[in-house]
Amino acid sequence: MTHILSVSVLNKPGVLTRIAGLFSRRNFNIESLNVGKTENPEISRMTIVVNGDEKVLEQVTKQLHKLINVLKITELDKNSIVERDLILIRVKCTRKQRSEIIQIADTFRAQIVDVAPDSLMIEATGTEDKLEALTELLRDFGIAEFVRTGTVALSRGQAAK
Amino acid sequence: MPKLNGGEIIIESLKKENVDVVFGYPGGAVINLYDALYNSNMKHYLGRHEQGVIHAADGYARSSGKVGVCIATSGPGGTNLVTGLANAQMDSIPLVAFTGQVSSSLIGKDAFQEADITGISLPVTKHNFLVTDIKDLARTIKEAFYIARTGRPGPVLIDLAKDVTQAVAEFDYPERVNLPGYKPTFEGHKLQINKAAKAINDAKKPLLYVGGGAVISGAQAEIRQMVEKAKIPITTTLMALGIYPEDQDLALEMLGMHGTQYANKATLETDLLIAVGARFDDRVTGKLEEFASQADIIQIDIDPAEIGKNLDVEVPIVGDVKRVLKELLPYIEEKENGAWQQRIKELKEKYPLKYEDDDSETIKPQYIMEEIDKYTKGDATIVTEVGQHQMWAAQFHKYKKPRQFITSGGLGTMGYGLPAAIGAQIGQPEEKVVLIAGDGSIQMNIQELGTAQAYNIPIKIIIFNNKYLGMVRQWQEFFFDKRYSSTKIPAPDFVKMGDAYGIWSKSVDKKSELDAALKEAMEHDGPAILDLHIPEEENVYPMVPAGAGLKDMIGG
Ligand SMILES: Cc1cc2nc3c(=O)[nH]c(=O)nc-3n(C[C@H](O)[C@H](O)[C@H](O)COP(=O)(O)OP(=O)(O)OC[C@H]3O[C@@H](n4cnc5c(N)ncnc54)[C@H](O)[C@@H]3O)c2cc1C
Ligand SMILES: Cc1ncc(C[n+]2csc(CCOP(=O)(O)OP(=O)(O)O)c2C)c(N)n1
Ligand SMILES: [Mg+2]
Repeated sequence: MTHILSVSVLNKPGVLTRIAGLFSRRNFNIESLNVGKTENPEISRMTIVVNGDEKVLEQVTKQLHKLINVLKITELDKNSIVERDLILIRVKCTRKQRSEIIQIADTFRAQIVDVAPDSLMIEATGTEDKLEALTELLRDFGIAEFVRTGTVALSRGQAAK
Repeated sequence: MPKLNGGEIIIESLKKENVDVVFGYPGGAVINLYDALYNSNMKHYLGRHEQGVIHAADGYARSSGKVGVCIATSGPGGTNLVTGLANAQMDSIPLVAFTGQVSSSLIGKDAFQEADITGISLPVTKHNFLVTDIKDLARTIKEAFYIARTGRPGPVLIDLAKDVTQAVAEFDYPERVNLPGYKPTFEGHKLQINKAAKAINDAKKPLLYVGGGAVISGAQAEIRQMVEKAKIPITTTLMALGIYPEDQDLALEMLGMHGTQYANKATLETDLLIAVGARFDDRVTGKLEEFASQADIIQIDIDPAEIGKNLDVEVPIVGDVKRVLKELLPYIEEKENGAWQQRIKELKEKYPLKYEDDDSETIKPQYIMEEIDKYTKGDATIVTEVGQHQMWAAQFHKYKKPRQFITSGGLGTMGYGLPAAIGAQIGQPEEKVVLIAGDGSIQMNIQELGTAQAYNIPIKIIIFNNKYLGMVRQWQEFFFDKRYSSTKIPAPDFVKMGDAYGIWSKSVDKKSELDAALKEAMEHDGPAILDLHIPEEENVYPMVPAGAGLKDMIGG
C-alpha cells in the first residue's frame, strides 16, 4: 500500500539528510522523495511516497514529527489530489520511425524537446500510470536514457492547511 | 550590550541556563572556549577520555535532574562522544554536548582533526547544530537547552567552528525560543483522561507498569497516590526502580527478563495495565503476543511515537506523566480491591526472589547487595555497570526513592558505570554513591579512576569479580552448551591498580571479612575500591529467555 505524504520543513542545513536518515534507520520503505521550495523561502515542501500498512504509516508520521525542523505532515488522499511525475526519455530512432514516435508523444501530450540524427528526447508529465504506459510503448524503439522525478502532489480545491 | 568572544558567550549562556558544572577534555578546536573557562567561575571537571566525560555528564544529569553539559574537541574528541550520546538518547537523558570543529573556511576539506560530527551523531541525538556564525551562537545554545530538557528529553550536540569561538559579538541571550516545528504536548486529552478513569474504576485487577518517564516527570507523589487510593499494585522497569518504595506491600519491583516472578505473573493476570512513561521494551515484554494478554492497556507517554509502537492500546494519553496523573487522580475512586490485593500478597509469598547461600566463606553477589542495602540503610545512590552484577543490584536492594538507581538501560553500555558514578556524586554531593561494577565492564573506562582521585570524589567502587563476562557466559551456559567462547577475562590486580591511582583499595574473598571491609570502604574519606571475589559461574534468576513469553521464566 503506498501513501503520499506532503511534508513542510524548515529550510535548515541537513534537513534532507535528517529525513532520509530517519527512513533508513527506522526501516521504512521510501518509494520516492521530492524536495522543492515553496511560496515561503524559509520553507520547503517534500512529497514522500511511502510503502507500508496503516501502522507503518502512523509510525512514519509520528517519527517525522519528532524532527525539530519538520513543521507539518499531511497524508494526501489519492482521490482528491493532483499528482504529477515528470520524465525525460531519450528514444533511439531511425529517420523512418520519427513520425510514429511523435504521434505517440502527441497522444500523451508529451513534448519533443531534443532531436538528434539517431534519437529523440521526450518530456512528459502526468500520473505514474500514464507515464508508465508511455514508457512501455516507447520501449519497443529502444530507450537510450531515462530519468524520472518521482511524484509531487497537492490537494485539490483548498490550500493545504 | 557587552562585546564578548565566542568562548565567553558560551560561558555566559551556560550561566543563563543555570549551569554551574561542566565536564570536558580540551584540544585545539576548543582552545578558545577553554581560555574563557580559565577566567570563569564555572566548575570544570577534566575527565581522562571523552567517553568518560560524557558518561559523567549523563550520571550528573540523572542524579541531579538537571541538564548535563560536556565539551570535547574536534575529530577524535567528537567521535569519542558517540557512545555517550547514543546511551543518553536511548534512556532519554538531557545533555548538551559542545564539540569543536575546524574553522568554517576549512570545513569539508579534510582539515586536521576534522570529522563530520553532526553527520555522525545525527541518529544518536535528539537534535544537533553546526554553528558557523557567531551571530547564531547564543540563540543556538538557548534552543539546545530547551530541546534537551523538554518533551521527551535527550542529548543535543552543538558543533562549533573554531572561528566562531574566536570571533567577537554582542552578547544578547534570547528570552524565548522560536521553534515552530517543536511543540511537545504536556496536557493530556480530557476525554481520554475520563476514559482512563472509568477503566481504572471498573477494573478488577489493575496493575501499574511504571517506567523512566515517571522519574523524568518527577511524578513520585502522584504515583504514590495512584497506588494507595485504589490499592493498585505497581511494577516498574529497570529505569524507574524506587519511584514507589519497594518495601511496600503493593510494590512488585521490577518486571521483565530478570524481573521478579510476582511482577511477571501479575502482568499475566491483570485485566488493566496502566503504562506510565514506559515504552514496552523487549526486555520487559518478552513475546509481545503474550504480554498482558488478559488486559486492556492505558498508556501515558509524552512521545506520541511511543503510543502503540509495540502494542495496541485501548486508552492512549499523550502528555506529561505528572500533569496527566494530577488530572486523573480526582476521578479515581477509593477502593480496596480486596481479592486482587490478596492475590498479589499470595504471589509475593509464593514466589519470592531467592538465591542459595550456605555457611561457607563463599561471597554470594546477592548477599553483597543485601549487605550494602543494610549498611547504607537503603539510602545510597547505586550506580552500575552492565551485566549480571547490574541485575543483582536491581533485584537484591530495595529502592525507596527515584533517581536512587542509575544504570545504562536501553543501550546497555559497559564502561558507563564508573564515569557515571563520578557524575552522580557531583550531582548529589551529600549522597553516598556506590558503584556496583563487573570486573569486565570496569576495565572499559578504568582511566576515570584518575578523575575520581584528582577531585577526591568519594564514590565506593564495589567490583563483583567473577573472572568472566558473566552475563554472556550465562547465555552460553544456557543456550550454547557451556561453550564459553571468549568470555573468560583475566582481570588485572585491582588493588595494585587502585594503589597506582592513589585510591584506597582492598580485595576480599571470605564472607566473614566482608562486613568489616565494607565498613572500612564506606567510611573511608575519599574514593575506595573493594574487589570482591564471587563464584565464577553464579547465574541471574529468574530469567525469561529472549523472545519467550513472561510465563516461561526459568529459575528463581
Ligand atoms: C542486561 C540488561 C538487562 C535488562 N533487563 C531488564 C528487565 O529485566 N526489566 C526491565 O524493566 N528492564 C531491563 N533492562 C532495561 C531495558 O533494556 C530498557 O532500558 C528498559 O526496560 C526501558 O525502560 P522504560 O520502559 O521505563 O523506558 P525509558 O527508556 O526510561 O523511556 C521512558 C519513556 O517515558 C517517556 N517519557 C519521558 N518523559 C516523560 C514525561 N515527562 N511524561 C510522560 N512520558 C515521558 C518516554 O517518551 C519513553 O517512552 C535491561 C537492560 C540491560 C542492559
Ligand atoms: C560496550 C559493550 N560491549 C559488549 C557488551 C555485551 N555484554 C553485555 S554484559 C557483558 C559482560 C559484562 O561482564 P562484567 O562487567 O564482568 O559483568 P558480569 O556479567 O560478569 O557481572 C557483555 C560483554 C556490552 N553490553 N557493552
Ligand atoms: Mg564479570
